[in-house]
Amino acid sequence: MTDTITNPEITGEANQFWSVGEEIADAKAPQGIDIDKVWKTRQFQARLVNPANRRKLSVIIVGTGLAGGAAAATLGEAGYNVLNFCYQDSPRRAHSIAAQGGINAAKNYRNDNDSTFRLFYDTVKGGDYRARETNVYRLAEVSANIIDQCVAQGVPFAREYGGLLDTRSFGGVQVQRTFYARGQTGQQLLIGAYQQLERQVAAGTVKMYTRHEMVELIVVDGRARGIVTRNMINGKVETWTADAVVLATGGYGNVFFLSTNAMGCNVTATWRAHRKGAYFGNPCYTQIHPTCIPVHGETQSKLTLMSESLRNDGRIWVPKDAADCTKDPRQIPEEARDYYLERIYPAFGNLVPRDIASRQAKNMCDEGRGVGPAVAEVDHDGNERLVRRGVYLDFSDAINRLGQKAVENKYGNLFDMYQQITGENPYEVPMRIYPAVHYTMGGLWVDYDLQSSITGLYVTGEANFSDHGANRLGASALMQGLADGYFVLPNTINDYLADAPFDKLPEDHPAVAEARDSAQQRIDKLLSIQGTRSVDSYHKELGHIMWEYCGMERTEEGLKKAIGLIQNLREDYWSNVRVTGKNEDFNQALERAGRVADFMELGELMCVDALHRRESCGGHFRAESQTPEGEALRHDDEFLYVAAWEWGGEGSKPVLHREPLIYKAIELKQRSYK
Amino acid sequence: MKLKLRIWRQAGPEAAGRMVEYDLDGVSEDMSFLEMLDLLNENLTERNEEPVAFDHDCREGICGMCGVVINGIAHGGSATTTCQLHMRSFSDGATIDIEPWRAGAFPVLKDLAVDRTAFDRIIAAGGFISSNTGSAPEAHSTPAPKREADKAFDNATCIGCGACVAACPNSSAMLFTSAKITHLAMLPQGQPERYRRVKSMVAQHDEEGFGNCTNIGECAAVCPKGIPLESIAQLNRDLIASLFKGDGK
Ligand SMILES: Cc1cc2nc3c(=O)[nH]c(=O)nc-3n(C[C@H](O)[C@H](O)[C@H](O)COP(=O)(O)OP(=O)(O)OC[C@H]3O[C@@H](n4cnc5c(N)ncnc54)[C@H](O)[C@@H]3O)c2cc1C
Ligand code: SF4
Ligand code: FES
Repeated sequence: MTDTITNPEITGEANQFWSVGEEIADAKAPQGIDIDKVWKTRQFQARLVNPANRRKLSVIIVGTGLAGGAAAATLGEAGYNVLNFCYQDSPRRAHSIAAQGGINAAKNYRNDNDSTFRLFYDTVKGGDYRARETNVYRLAEVSANIIDQCVAQGVPFAREYGGLLDTRSFGGVQVQRTFYARGQTGQQLLIGAYQQLERQVAAGTVKMYTRHEMVELIVVDGRARGIVTRNMINGKVETWTADAVVLATGGYGNVFFLSTNAMGCNVTATWRAHRKGAYFGNPCYTQIHPTCIPVHGETQSKLTLMSESLRNDGRIWVPKDAADCTKDPRQIPEEARDYYLERIYPAFGNLVPRDIASRQAKNMCDEGRGVGPAVAEVDHDGNERLVRRGVYLDFSDAINRLGQKAVENKYGNLFDMYQQITGENPYEVPMRIYPAVHYTMGGLWVDYDLQSSITGLYVTGEANFSDHGANRLGASALMQGLADGYFVLPNTINDYLADAPFDKLPEDHPAVAEARDSAQQRIDKLLSIQGTRSVDSYHKELGHIMWEYCGMERTEEGLKKAIGLIQNLREDYWSNVRVTGKNEDFNQALERAGRVADFMELGELMCVDALHRRESCGGHFRAESQTPEGEALRHDDEFLYVAAWEWGGEGSKPVLHREPLIYKAIELKQRSYK
Repeated sequence: MKLKLRIWRQAGPEAAGRMVEYDLDGVSEDMSFLEMLDLLNENLTERNEEPVAFDHDCREGICGMCGVVINGIAHGGSATTTCQLHMRSFSDGATIDIEPWRAGAFPVLKDLAVDRTAFDRIIAAGGFISSNTGSAPEAHSTPAPKREADKAFDNATCIGCGACVAACPNSSAMLFTSAKITHLAMLPQGQPERYRRVKSMVAQHDEEGFGNCTNIGECAAVCPKGIPLESIAQLNRDLIASLFKGDGK
């Protein structure tokens, strides 16, 4: 294998883009015992809070998705006073609702040799050995309880005629461990958590604040003690204090503007915490999902995912000959088609992990064998070119084999959705798909207890960095959200709350006042600029930069360029953005303006992180680091660590803290799906 | 394509509202209805006017947050969500009326955005199965017959958008409430609280100011998830049975 890293100037410890701080480690997972004992031991060691005292303690939870909603319901049940916030009009609308495909659990209901260890192994391998071993093992361990819990709540998982639960397989694995509810698994799981949450609202243990956006974190003497919110109906900026704060605010894929994420997904909560001292882990690790509906035009606002489960029966191909790309696919004979995934990766075929399926789709299109309309692109050197960005996902084999009815039963709603959006009938013409930004594996750094580097600030679900390494296998984010929300956090946070209640904070405490004032000043500043460009136009431009230089493939040169471009764009933003209306109102332009401001800062950090990691792994492909066959090449000797970034201060370089990854239960291997 | 839009503008809950006319050019038929509104809002921002407020999030037809009345029909009349309605359903030069959901229990917050928190309170009144975390039995210990499980599922697909309420001349939320009732009533896990649940949820429904169901059927006609009128019949059967049981609100 060749290692083609050049560019000595960024190999030094410090440089113009970042500086290096001391190493860090997770101090919470018990050491020196077998991996299957770690979670039980930690649970036993963690201190308890007696039920009578829980009533005196309060916890703020921001987010009502699977991670936040489940945690709020569970902590409410346990007897704590929970204050729960979300930006939507109802907790039931959190972005988890959009998940289609399924949720993994090591139940071994199929008798196909599944086990906790195998789920653990697949997840660590799928993450390209960049996740923390102890966390992932725990995730696999509690996965089976999640299914039990959800079934007890009435989540209508798919069942077989005998009345037992059905499962299917997903990318990156060879067992059938994915539980699903048609193409609406996320919705059904979230409704389950939401109902438990509403039950606690009725019981008075949870106070729900919808249409409240967290805009600042309150930290007192190094402890997270509260948040500042903006009431999205009347603009009121308010402070809330508690004994602990939990952020379950989801991912930041919207930094790319076009993504499969809901429009409101943002980084503000975690970014504000980052600026107050919470380390940001692996920010550049973005998952690109291979099966999305391709971009159709400039005014598009989002990309729609077609569930990965389609790859169970759909076959992916492009014409062998570029001259066939404009033909009706039905006229292209079998021997003129290139089922490239089946050809290159015979063991996994169409079910290779997402990063691999995505990159190969891009390669096919770059080679000139993409299908669909040709769209204009500007390449790295500023030249315009026309490229077809699409590959076929073809069900004709499956329809011949199983009959249209059976295919309809399995995937009907997805097919309808495709037709709705594209105006084409996928039962007749193969679907066209292309990769899109989908999920962010990076997030706030947390220890085994899910506590961030700020004492008393916990982070769960997609908002933390912990369990997925450089890539996420399908059906594992829902699993993590619910594992964190129902089982992990409610156990670990007790250890911290055992020292509470902490001193009551008066409204005029300097730290509280400072947080409120700085939030208010930001709002005032955004409204006062009165420039000429809309918030969305900045967001789109940022998205273009991120996708071009920090998307599926990255180079040192491109990333350096991107950092410069983002810095300029940000400067322009703060002098030329136009935010209409006033604060004391329902003002959606203002909401977006605050989020885009934070995305600009995050985008730069993502590029810095991508720049420093001179290896390819998972969804992060560095062109300079590949095997002779063009596969991603890791460098375990140099990069076997989590990059946890500390905010360096306004206008200063971020500080890199490394947490070395230690693998004891699993042997490190080059990932291969061939 | 070119459109004439007539949009309900209302500055706040207490303010008076009115229809305002806008001409919009450059709409492509691949755009979703909300992308068309985005385009209008970009134009308004350019002219330094306030953009139109409307609710949305997933833009995939699943979160239930979007929803406006288009030419008098909730979600525009193709039994889909507003975000999944595409401009190819309209013709060049068309005039389109856009209004918020109209119902006493859904007060207008601004322009096209309304307050639907009453739905959450109906759920809080009993739309759940009481099952504390960590104490659940093994999932396979209670098989669920496929037929009932499928019916439960069909009802569980309700996204809580509120189109049914907006479409109903009585502003009844019975379709929504019945979807939840039927979802849980069809599952073995839902039995212990079945009758208590229906009684409490219907009581809350009435308390919120939603009207009575008089079987008009407009609700099911606009429901993007195809919740059938049959679910309301199921609710009524359970409600009658509940009168002979002691508990519930
Ligand atoms: C289209 C799609 C399909 C998917 N399919 C699958 C799948 O099949 N299987 C799988 O495992 N995973 C899937 N995923 C990934 C998975 O859905 C998410 O990673 C997961 O649901 C995230 O859950 P969460 O609880 O961490 O965050 P979310 O569900 O995103 O919740 C975030 C919450 O935080 C709140 N919030 C955010 N910021 C603020 C703020 N500043 N102030 C107040 N509140 C705030 C929001 O209101 C919301 O309540 C899919 C994702 C997408 C986009
Ligand atoms: S019943 Fe249908 S129309 Fe009514 S809220 Fe549910 S999905 Fe929307
Ligand atoms: S925006 Fe989510 S359903 Fe339309």
